[in-house]
Amino acid sequence: MAGKLLLKGGKGPTSLGVAGGNDFQWCFSQVKGAIDEDVADADIISTVEFNYSGELLATGDKGGRVVIFQHEQESKNRPHLRGEYNVYSTFQSHEPEFDYLKSLEIEEKINKIRWLPQQNAAHFLLSTNDKTIKLWKISERDKRAEGYNLKDEDGRLRDPFRITSLRVPVLMPMDLMVEASPRRIFANAHTYHINSISVNSDHETYLSADDLRINLWHLEITDRSFNIVDIKPANMEELTEVITAAECHPHQCNVFVYSSSKGTIRLCDMRSAALCDRHSKFFEEPEDPSSRSFFSEIISSISDVKFSHSGRYMMTRDYLSVKVWDLNMENRPVETYQVHEYLRSKLCSLYENDCIFDKFECCWNGSDSAIMTGSYNNFFRMFDRNTRRDITLEASRESSKPRATLKPRKVSTGGKRKKDEISVDSLDFNKKILHTAWHPKDNVIAVAATNNLYIFQDKIN
Amino acid sequence: MAGADGDDSLYPIAVLIDELRNEDVQLRLNSIKKLSTIALALGVERTRTELLPFLTDTIYDEDEVLLALAEQLGNFTMLVGGPEYVHCLLPPLESLATVEETVVRDKAVESLRKISQEHSPVDLEVHFEPLVKRLASGDWFTSRTSACGLFSVCYPRVSSTVKAEIRQHFRTLCADDTPMVRRAAASKLGEFSKVLELDYLKSDIISLFTALASDEQDSVRLLAVEACVSIATLLPQEDLETLVMPTLRQAAEDKSWRVRYMVADKFSELQKAVGPEITKNDLVPAFQNLLKDCEAEVRAAAANKVKEFCENLPEDSREQIIMTHILPCVKELVSDTNQHVKSALASVIMGLSTILGKDNTIEHLLPLFLAQLKDECPEVRLNIISNLDCVNEVIGIRQLSQSLLPAIVELAEDAKWRVRLAIIEYMPLLAGQLGVEFFDEKLNTLCMAWLIDHVYAIREAATCNLMKLVEKFGAEWAQNTIVPKVLGMANDPNYLHRMTTLFCINALSEACGQDITTKQMLPVVLKMSTDQVANVRFNVAKSLQKIGPVLDSNALQTEVKPVLEKLATDTDMDVKYFAQEAISVLALA
Repeated sequence: MAGKLLLKGGKGPTSLGVAGGNDFQWCFSQVKGAIDEDVADADIISTVEFNYSGELLATGDKGGRVVIFQHEQESKNRPHLRGEYNVYSTFQSHEPEFDYLKSLEIEEKINKIRWLPQQNAAHFLLSTNDKTIKLWKISERDKRAEGYNLKDEDGRLRDPFRITSLRVPVLMPMDLMVEASPRRIFANAHTYHINSISVNSDHETYLSADDLRINLWHLEITDRSFNIVDIKPANMEELTEVITAAECHPHQCNVFVYSSSKGTIRLCDMRSAALCDRHSKFFEEPEDPSSRSFFSEIISSISDVKFSHSGRYMMTRDYLSVKVWDLNMENRPVETYQVHEYLRSKLCSLYENDCIFDKFECCWNGSDSAIMTGSYNNFFRMFDRNTRRDITLEASRESSKPRATLKPRKVSTGGKRKKDEISVDSLDFNKKILHTAWHPKDNVIAVAATNNLYIFQDKIN
Repeated sequence: MAGADGDDSLYPIAVLIDELRNEDVQLRLNSIKKLSTIALALGVERTRTELLPFLTDTIYDEDEVLLALAEQLGNFTMLVGGPEYVHCLLPPLESLATVEETVVRDKAVESLRKISQEHSPVDLEVHFEPLVKRLASGDWFTSRTSACGLFSVCYPRVSSTVKAEIRQHFRTLCADDTPMVRRAAASKLGEFSKVLELDYLKSDIISLFTALASDEQDSVRLLAVEACVSIATLLPQEDLETLVMPTLRQAAEDKSWRVRYMVADKFSELQKAVGPEITKNDLVPAFQNLLKDCEAEVRAAAANKVKEFCENLPEDSREQIIMTHILPCVKELVSDTNQHVKSALASVIMGLSTILGKDNTIEHLLPLFLAQLKDECPEVRLNIISNLDCVNEVIGIRQLSQSLLPAIVELAEDAKWRVRLAIIEYMPLLAGQLGVEFFDEKLNTLCMAWLIDHVYAIREAATCNLMKLVEKFGAEWAQNTIVPKVLGMANDPNYLHRMTTLFCINALSEACGQDITTKQMLPVVLKMSTDQVANVRFNVAKSLQKIGPVLDSNALQTEVKPVLEKLATDTDMDVKYFAQEAISVLALA
């Protein structure tokens, strides 16, 4: 039966309604980006983010551009447009720069985009490259002033001595124009590369994290930020750990977490002290001594940390797994999901081709009942937290017919390869899905596969 | 514009109107700033029907243009036809009050507050109050935050039914979903309390105040501390204990250091607002806790208030409270681990001596001053030295001078030039208090050493310092102690030091008077006119110009003029330029 899959160690057919508990399948909605085989480096998508309502979807790329897609209005005669997004605005957020003092090139690549809660008719987002964070305003204009005193309708200049009356311009309707304008530039606060930005629930501050420090900014003040975490040792030779990601709690304005390259997460309370060098909670899973190897530390490094919408849980992604932690339990995660355990035997070659350092991100669905993260070969994985079911899907041009149901994929793990299975050795490690985003309310997901953005939606049976 | 040709007079206005939408922001800004000129030319009728509708829709513009517009509209009443028509200004200000830029919104609110006074009571209810309601129930928090600032201006002038509505709106905004709005409401709570009737103050405001003070967001709670000051001032003394103090006590012990910091920062105001009795019973222990807080930022804020707090204590028990409660905490702060805390304390601690009197100062404070003078952090030592005058009045500076000297010498030789600069600036003050003998004996060498510092800013400050010293100690002292040393530097192999001689002469000539200048300084300057470094030579020209007015005409004609004339034919073009300038300024041509 189409749309059913055999789970790993499967005991018969099961529905694939991963997410929300509903019985549904994922189907193709749209793909954005060029089809060309040779991909320009600047076009590689480096971040994907829905805004709070899900109305807008932003992507950033290595070329420093931000593209914003807007959800297509549903209409009665075209109900299938539910998961369709069209380009709303495109702008160059960052330009390549050169730091003359340190003789360093600063890439224009957009590392992160974060939307601000909407405050008026316009939309605001923060975008950052390695060094500089910018606040952008995206606004609409549908009126234009008409009527000049010194020019006539055709733009010809009038004789200044023949002006006998004054004309006040009047506003006339025009085609909708979307403008993106830079409102603030937060620069010169990071010595190392910025890996995260996160807007605080107090709506007036946000934090930015680099490898060794976390700074707290006021959204309206660009010339000053407060350093709240600094793990730089006095002697850099003693450096054993770097900050890999940081995020503010969704409701408690005083709480934030940051993850480290050692696989640990620290939760800090900004109420207790101005400098949060001492954490309030320390989340760490004891290492299993039997699986210890040369790669243990590398693969335990956390590449992303995300609070659940409820604020009760957080999820961390390391190289091989996703873990869900209850904020009230520090000694081990409450749930652990294997993303691509079959790679454990390939770590040596993944180390040689540097893939082991890939930074996969992860995301929650709107109700925190399912999570999604990426893998190789343009595969991405979803896990249903209630049923513990998981699924592997592929973002590919082949199944990109509108409303085409996504077929579950399966990687053979040793032994003999079954039909429809892909062997570990034939996985394409250049096709990696690092960035994904889940619509805050609906079952609509955006998956960045190199230079293409795939949008999938649910199809209720 | 009477008598002018109609076409002519319209042209500049036409340009201004067209430039309202020029692509260049600066031109648009210029036009907006001359909006009153445009309005005047259009007349009140067209301003109301054409200009204002256009402006209402131009809120796409840059912040600086919008800011200027918001400001202009606050002064537009006469230009739209006087108070009768002032409500025409509400639509553009309403849209400006909803933009995302806080400065623009605040300016729009300020202008709205201003023109609210020009509304008649009827217009206020018909036009202004509905606008406040629209803003208060707007979809976006930007409009709701703006509403918070408008309640207090219309409340006193509307009927009791409308008053009830306004109170209801304020209540709603205090419990808004977004922290932005709650913060805006909290920051206007004090202001709104002032216009409310006492009964409503007790029934409405207190509950809002209590709720905001226990908000889940500490950024809201800390604003409630500010409101606490105004509310406490308004309430009768007997209600304070039950209505305000529980909240204040809670704030002083808040989990969040930012809230406690706010309490420390507002401590003097709070102290005045709650009166002497509550201060004695509640604030003294609270202040002690803040001085011992675990967060350095809080301790520093509290340390800053030590003097003010002690000054404002009720006189009958002041000394006893300071000696038994405050001083022990202060003693601990002197050896705090955080240098900001120590330097905050050092900037106010000297003030305690006037409050405690001679005996207590010598017995209790002096050891602290001495300890701080030896502190490892230069800022702490500087702060003590810069406030020496307070101690001088009470016990005389002699008590300190033995410890003072090593501290000064160390600062004078600090590796950071900004520290050296700071101590130089206190030299004239110190010299005045220590007296000429002590100065000659101990500090004179330092002052001279700064003249050859390798940082220009220090050499410059040292020059200026000499001038102030001469003003204090007189020309005779200068002639004996300073002038010979300064003039000696004219033969220094380093041209920068030779130039310092010239700079000193520039600064000192006036204070030293004609005699010393002509007999001792002038020969040296003239001799330097043959210096091989051009920079020295043109500084000779500049010096001559500077000291010329002090010299008599004979010296000018016979000695200065020939030298300047020779310099005016120098091969270096800067030397020529400054020599010619000196000749013309001194009228020697």
